[in-house]
Amino acid sequence: MPKRTDISSILIIGSGPIVIGQACEFDYSGTQACRVLKEEGYRVILANSNPATIMTDPDFAHRTYIEPLTWEVIAKIIEREKPDAVLATLGGQTGLNLAMALFERGLVGVPGTPELIGANAESISTAEDRGKFKEAMIEIGLKVPASGIAHTLEESLEVIKVIGLPAIIRPAYILGGRGTGIAATHEEFVKLASNGLHASPISEILIEQSIAGWKEYELEVMRDTADNCVIICSIENFDPMGVHTGDSITVAPAQTLSDVEYQLMRDAALACIRRVGVETGGSNVQFAVNPETGEQVVIEMNPRVSRSSALASKATGFPIAKIAAKLAVGYTLDEIPNDITKMTPASFEPTIDYVVTKIPRWAFEKLPGTSGILGTQMQSVGEVMAIGRTFPESLQKALRSLEQGRLGLNCDPAEKQFANLSTQELLTSVGVGTPDRIFTIGELLLRGISVDEVYQACKVDPWFLDQMLMIIEEREAVKSLSPSAMSKQAWKRIKRVGFSDAQLAYLWSTHEDDVRRIREMAGVLPTYKTVDTCSAEFAAQTPYHYSTYEDENEVRPSDRPRVIILGSGPNRIGQGIEFDYCCVHASFALRDAGYETVMINCNPETVSTDYDTSDRLYFEPLTKEDVLNVIAAETAAAGGRAPKVIVSLGGQTPLKLSGLIPAELIAGTSPVSIDLAEDREKWNELCESLKIPQPPGGTAINLEQAMAIVERVGFPVLVRPSYVLGGRAMQIVHDRDHLTRAMAELSDFGSLGKEGGLSAERPVLVDRFLEDATEVDVDAIRDHTGEVLIGGVMEHVEEAGVHSGDSACAIPPQTLPKWVVEVIEAYTAAIAAALDVRGPINVQYAVVGTSVYVIEANPRASRTVPFVAKATGVPLAKVATRVMLGSTLAELRREGLLTHSVLLDFPDTVAVKEAVLPFSRFPEVDTALGPEMRSTGEVMGIDKTFGRAFYKAELAAGTVLPTTGMVFLSLADGDKPAGIVVAHRLRALGFGIAATTGTAAYLARFGMDVDKVVGKVNENAAITAVDLIASGEVSFVVNTPQGRGGRTDGEAIRKAANVNHVSSVTTVEAALAAVQGMAEQLDHPLEVKSLQEYHGR
Amino acid sequence: MTIREAALVLADGSVFEGEAIGAESATGISAGEVVFNTVLSGYQEVITDPSYAGQIISFTYPHIGNYGVTSLDNESSRPFCRGVIVREMARRHSSYRAEQSLDALLVKSGVSGIGGIDTRRLTRVLRDAGAIPGAFGTASYEQLLAAARAEPGTDGVDLVSTVTTGKRYSVGNGPLKVVAYDFGIKTTILRCLSDIATIEVVPASTTAAEVMAMNPQGVFLSNGPGDPTTVPYAVQAITELVGQVPVFGICLGHQLLSLALGGQTYKLPFGHHGGNHPVQHLASGHVEITSQNHNFCVDAESLGGRVSTTHINLNDKSNEGMRVNDARAFSVQYHPEAGPGPHDSRYLFEQFAELMKNGTF
Repeated sequence: MPKRTDISSILIIGSGPIVIGQACEFDYSGTQACRVLKEEGYRVILANSNPATIMTDPDFAHRTYIEPLTWEVIAKIIEREKPDAVLATLGGQTGLNLAMALFERGLVGVPGTPELIGANAESISTAEDRGKFKEAMIEIGLKVPASGIAHTLEESLEVIKVIGLPAIIRPAYILGGRGTGIAATHEEFVKLASNGLHASPISEILIEQSIAGWKEYELEVMRDTADNCVIICSIENFDPMGVHTGDSITVAPAQTLSDVEYQLMRDAALACIRRVGVETGGSNVQFAVNPETGEQVVIEMNPRVSRSSALASKATGFPIAKIAAKLAVGYTLDEIPNDITKMTPASFEPTIDYVVTKIPRWAFEKLPGTSGILGTQMQSVGEVMAIGRTFPESLQKALRSLEQGRLGLNCDPAEKQFANLSTQELLTSVGVGTPDRIFTIGELLLRGISVDEVYQACKVDPWFLDQMLMIIEEREAVKSLSPSAMSKQAWKRIKRVGFSDAQLAYLWSTHEDDVRRIREMAGVLPTYKTVDTCSAEFAAQTPYHYSTYEDENEVRPSDRPRVIILGSGPNRIGQGIEFDYCCVHASFALRDAGYETVMINCNPETVSTDYDTSDRLYFEPLTKEDVLNVIAAETAAAGGRAPKVIVSLGGQTPLKLSGLIPAELIAGTSPVSIDLAEDREKWNELCESLKIPQPPGGTAINLEQAMAIVERVGFPVLVRPSYVLGGRAMQIVHDRDHLTRAMAELSDFGSLGKEGGLSAERPVLVDRFLEDATEVDVDAIRDHTGEVLIGGVMEHVEEAGVHSGDSACAIPPQTLPKWVVEVIEAYTAAIAAALDVRGPINVQYAVVGTSVYVIEANPRASRTVPFVAKATGVPLAKVATRVMLGSTLAELRREGLLTHSVLLDFPDTVAVKEAVLPFSRFPEVDTALGPEMRSTGEVMGIDKTFGRAFYKAELAAGTVLPTTGMVFLSLADGDKPAGIVVAHRLRALGFGIAATTGTAAYLARFGMDVDKVVGKVNENAAITAVDLIASGEVSFVVNTPQGRGGRTDGEAIRKAANVNHVSSVTTVEAALAAVQGMAEQLDHPLEVKSLQEYHGR
Repeated sequence: MTIREAALVLADGSVFEGEAIGAESATGISAGEVVFNTVLSGYQEVITDPSYAGQIISFTYPHIGNYGVTSLDNESSRPFCRGVIVREMARRHSSYRAEQSLDALLVKSGVSGIGGIDTRRLTRVLRDAGAIPGAFGTASYEQLLAAARAEPGTDGVDLVSTVTTGKRYSVGNGPLKVVAYDFGIKTTILRCLSDIATIEVVPASTTAAEVMAMNPQGVFLSNGPGDPTTVPYAVQAITELVGQVPVFGICLGHQLLSLALGGQTYKLPFGHHGGNHPVQHLASGHVEITSQNHNFCVDAESLGGRVSTTHINLNDKSNEGMRVNDARAFSVQYHPEAGPGPHDSRYLFEQFAELMKNGTF
């Protein structure tokens, strides 16, 4: 069936900010959908609140609404744009939930309203409503685990009488397993059931027989309007049931299913998608298999493109999202060509001739209080994927892709962590899923524990364990040799099971460079194979490569000028989609300018690892060895001419590699300048010579040195390791004890110590902390003629001391005097010139009164580049990239790429960026903000005034600023004066006010009587703050932390707000901004406007 | 475990280094026509499929043997292939179904193999050069090259006679009565037919008269190895049977039916060997994902107006199925029984039952 002509405009709903369980895979799918539907001639309208996404670039849709993703807002967009159809199945769970909310209100999917394409409301509810889904599966003869549905705790207790413990609790309509858990005891059950009922938007949970320890599989299915169904990929989990699939190591294709079992599973998956009634597009179906009997049960299905679809797309080369978008508008699979072969249609099942391993990455070290134990609720913040010809090779490549200081499956300095643990302790620990389980299994096998015994302890399939044992055996076989004693065959064998040169250097106590040199002399070099969907049955047109050690190299020669862009690796807190945005823009800009672009990255969620983003894609770890290998392969392919390499767009990951790559290859700012900005002493000298004030401070590699600095500058000080992003382990230290603790954490035994410890090359920075300072971020670009473009000056809402990534900020600055902004711009230009920057630079300042201090400068693209680009309409990343390759800003202006900021044309526009924090998943964590970044994503609000833009940003981030009700205030002493202002304004807006005794007494002194006074948590008051919040009487909480850590009342209050889903802010600045937002919202109900309109196009 | 270094040499002189697996060969040489198969699972069914007689099978998926083997999955009494080429043979298998390892099965059946091969490079060679003769083993390069060059390939060789049953036997207890020609019949086909019929399996050389003497309600023409033009005796029998009794053919059976109708077959560049080929059922437009294993193909044009094409391969548009216009007979080139492969096309067995019961479908 050809494409539909009865619809002409389509609203695509994006997935909003990056949160745990919903990451940039939906930027990947949404970007593909926008591109495809635009190419097909539809008018595309996009709604997404996340400015860091590529899909929200104004070029990708006709109308782009960076607006909060609530049904009310989408309804306004529908009213304004009148789309014929709504496509929600590419926007993750957020998209589906919005589609259902709109449907229930009669706003989509009913006559006279836009049609829901992809999946209709009936299908969505069949798949998402656990009870309906179970019934549907039983109806078509598929097995499901014994279960029952409950809407109250009483009902839950009835269900458990039948099913028994242990049981799994799964809330309905949630993403990433939020609120899910396994209960083994009655107490655990009551707790988990209550949490689950709370987490579910419809207060419904499924209580299910636990099948922990079974094998877990997933099939990716596609279906078209003609009922053609194909399986794109099968995935087998390394971790048995019990660990959320998003937190599991997973492998494609399935490894341990016979064809008989696989075909039964395939039949079941097809029956499932047909019964649920997903008309077109992709879905995934999860199965559990009893390893003893082969019994198969269906766990769940997602009637939409998912994280697994992104993985399956990258794993096979089959572009699921792109095809799903085409199917949604009526094409059938056989009408769509396979992009990779060009000759064959998309109506086939990809077959692959390699193994793909995905490993999640967690951020427990940033969330004190969390257990680090994996369960049925997803906790990872990112993932890596690696491709190898065999499982051992892909596993080791994936482990070194994680960038957590591991070089592979052990055989590295970090394996010493096992030295003091007994084998029995290790055997016990592998029974529980943790980020370290894979390494612990490796250690057990190295100690000679049999595969069978390890299997009994961890239930990881013996096939996987035996494959790991092969890695260990190869290690043992060569450990007594030296590099020069290795035969060519021996080199090939050890490289074929995935060992990195760095692991071998550790094994032989030599240097990585020596290992490489001797290996290369032995003639053992990596070969690059192609991901082609068909195991080489047909010729592939798409150069999507991975390395392995085989006979034949498939990299094709090329004589065009080439640029390698180093990606940003796995998403983590502090380094995420913003950097992928920059890398993708670099690729687009350079392609347009006639370069051949080469991407290296290992993150399957991203747009950068889409095979058609760049001319060539290498899905490889971002390590020195792997990157140098690609450079060598590309140099050889161009007859000896080396490509240029971009290191400054992917965050800290490529920047760390900059010193390891030949300096002459690096495009833009030289590694010497990069080092100048990072090296504390040189940087101090530079600021000194420019007469730009800095907070006093110094560097230390031990406590004595740190104390010496403090004696000079005084407490409080800001303590942070060098060469990290996201304020990793950054702390504000007020006294000596705290300093001792902070330094210990950074050295050998601390959480960061594991990643390398302290040394002269990796010192700790200790600086005087400026209290009550306003923080300012600047993104700028300097070209080789010396012209500096100020991209944007952002004023932070929260004061300095809250990590810039966790702070809200506004463009243009809202409270700084104009001349102070000009000083900041002048400083920025001077610093860029002194560093001889050729490309992007980000500088951070702290402003105290009218004194401007420079905090740090980074000659690379920053996290805020996409936000600034969306706010100003200037494609900063593209401009920076071209400048890095030698263009001048003047040339780019003439070319039309560099436009002037739209804020100059529309001075009454304010854009606010707000951080999105993962606390709802970690109820045990204090929500107070600090210098260590913990946000996973960001949203943007854009409107005519700061108050309205801030209101939108908060709404988009999930913080509903109420316009009525009672606000609870509990303020630290230092914040109480500002509290007077907050209280007065709230009162003027008609809010009731509740406060703790201390805050109430203070306010009373200034003529402000509160409506309700509650005791602190530990006081014997009739009703405490926590009780009040739990009672639902309060619509907003302002609680600012009282100083210096420790388990305070404030922490209990903040956690209570988090657990009870009451919006809260933890700084007085945010409270003031919130009150302004509430006030303006009362005056002007929210209006929507597209980015294209803001940009005047 | 000691490693026995081995090599694979193709008739064009290309060499692939690896190590010997499976049965030890007395001569250190195993020769045959080298073909690749792209299935991700189902290695046992492929290796025991008699259609691979005369061929060396290279698996494109690198890990082979992961879940062991079980007698339940055998497609015939033993492997008829000349050898197996893999990247990585599992040392330890894992499945509750497994009775032994794949390597043990190869050793027991006297089939040699070679592991550690860059099978992707091999696939790319075969894709460009077509299925070509090769030899592998522990012998010298010269010996292997000579063996590869001496290997006749499968063109013009009657391989059916090497795999067909010696005497007739009966399986199944379905309501209808079917005579099935064994040109190398797969167990899964018999299993599918058993649901609808009681089957008399007969040797390839059985004459039409002998078949008709059994009073069948239908005749089934099985899959089998090699070049259809080398079994004229079967073509003769089929020519006589068409029109007398409902006929259903699969794979070689499809090709033989077309020859019996006066058509022609030709050799595909590198054949279809995998479990993921899209076949379109022309009447409904529906796409079936199919299991395929053939080097020869029916030239539908050569049959003039006697048949209607019912199925085509969407990858290369080659003929995948036909229905005889003036007789109760139909056939498909691919494997609707699967084993290994998807079950999308099993409706064809029902269709055969309908043809036998109602005279049409």
